[in-house]
Amino acid sequence: MTLNRRDFLKTSFGAAGLAVTAGLAGCATTQTGSAGPKVVVVGAGFGGAAFSRYLKMWAPTANVTLIEPNAKFTSCPYSNTVLAGINKMEDITHPYDYLKKAVDNFVPDTVTAIDTTKQTVTTAGGRTFAYDKLVLAGGIELLFDKVQGYDAEAQKTVMHAWKAGPQTATLRKQLEAMPDGGTFVMSVPMAPYRCPPGPYERACMVASYFKQAKPKSKIIILDGNPDIASKKPLFVAAWTRHFGYGTDNSMIDFRGNNQPRAVDVKKMMVSTEFDDVKGDVINVVPPMRAAEVCGLAGVRDGSGGNWCTIDYRTFESKVVKNVHILGDSALTNFPKSGSVANNTGKMCAYALSEQFAGRPFDPAPVVTNTCYSGTGMGTAFHVATVFRWDEAKQSMVPPKDANGISSAESELEMAFMESWAKNVWADTLGLPESYNFTAKG
Amino acid sequence: MNKKITLALAGLVSLAVSGVAGAVDTRARFMAANCSYCHGPNGKSHGAIPSLAGLEPGYFVDQMKAFRDGSRPATVMKKHAAGYTDAEFEALAKYFASIK
Repeated sequence: MTLNRRDFLKTSFGAAGLAVTAGLAGCATTQTGSAGPKVVVVGAGFGGAAFSRYLKMWAPTANVTLIEPNAKFTSCPYSNTVLAGINKMEDITHPYDYLKKAVDNFVPDTVTAIDTTKQTVTTAGGRTFAYDKLVLAGGIELLFDKVQGYDAEAQKTVMHAWKAGPQTATLRKQLEAMPDGGTFVMSVPMAPYRCPPGPYERACMVASYFKQAKPKSKIIILDGNPDIASKKPLFVAAWTRHFGYGTDNSMIDFRGNNQPRAVDVKKMMVSTEFDDVKGDVINVVPPMRAAEVCGLAGVRDGSGGNWCTIDYRTFESKVVKNVHILGDSALTNFPKSGSVANNTGKMCAYALSEQFAGRPFDPAPVVTNTCYSGTGMGTAFHVATVFRWDEAKQSMVPPKDANGISSAESELEMAFMESWAKNVWADTLGLPESYNFTAKG
Repeated sequence: MNKKITLALAGLVSLAVSGVAGAVDTRARFMAANCSYCHGPNGKSHGAIPSLAGLEPGYFVDQMKAFRDGSRPATVMKKHAAGYTDAEFEALAKYFASIK
């Protein structure tokens, strides 16, 4: 949705707009803090946390309420290093203490209802928050019912580990308990999905652990996509160099066009349209869509009702006013990465802070992605892209030469990947310069 | 020639958006925040990626141009440098130089 000047004035929260805002938010009962426009943020991942922190820096009078069910932040990026045994869960887990101080209200709760007409959000704890702007940064919802047999009971044995946390820790334990000579079966969902290179990095990381601890073991990758969907030449080179890929003795067996249709925990078997594959450890990432909260707000309008279309300049939903969608839930040209979630959080904070100050939106926003993948063998590589608003295409696209991947894996890029992780965590959560990071490369 | 005009226009847009002289250049501030997921909050980095806070503006602009034309070898920075205009290099340089 493009705002013309009249719309802009109507929705402006400039000096004259504040009185209107106070009137709109008259039914609010629970928010304390700053007197400006009420902004309710759902989800304190890379998108929601970065948004909240930057909005308070750039529009200090905004009243920011951040609702997040988890007690601590656990990072999906870098979580594959836990599967490799390089890091422990505590190395990728960080406190919300600093973020709590940055916002007006930090609410440890789960959102159960959203009324986009009355502009209110209700939580499981029974609290209702009024909003002028609602920001949904809930990540993804996993669709277990799209895989036959992947019910609550099966989920006790088959991990997805596509939301970092207890799932990651359990999958690591399963890999540790697997005998040498065992088979690890893992899956890759159909695009678009969270973290395009993540599954292939996972294969590297688990292979690096097997190579060192149980070298007779195998990894079977069941990929719903026809081919490796991200950084293909770099992953093929890494698998070849480190894990014998392309030889009879390859540790990694890649099978494209093989989307898991069913799991059978008793037989420890995954079935695709072509194969029934048995494994000692099974790791199925089911199909996914925009987070549950996007369903509650009625903003899953795109891609068969799975993802949320947005206006690139504000991240406002194209179907519901005053609802903005960040990170993995949004349907955009951007990959669903931590860097993008963090960056789009700032982009939305920038747009709203300009609007609250009575200024027009930036007509030519710039946003970037930098995404590293580790091999588990002391090296890493990247994809990096700059996206700019293109008026003719009404979209954000990379300018010439502003998109590409590494020429080769390197130790230098592993050092950069480790530094990236620390910096994106610090930037997202407001961790101080003195914070003691323990994650290793 | 066209590229030069585009760059000049981008500079004007940047000035227009930044508003009154002496006010904070909010567009530069946002673009600088784009850098911080790698280079650290306020351009102060943890680890191997260099900090950007307090860099001398001429040095910053020269490095960005060198990344773009390939005269300084790079991993990710060649792609990032190709995504910004010269006027944006200048605005970013000024912003990072102002951080103590």
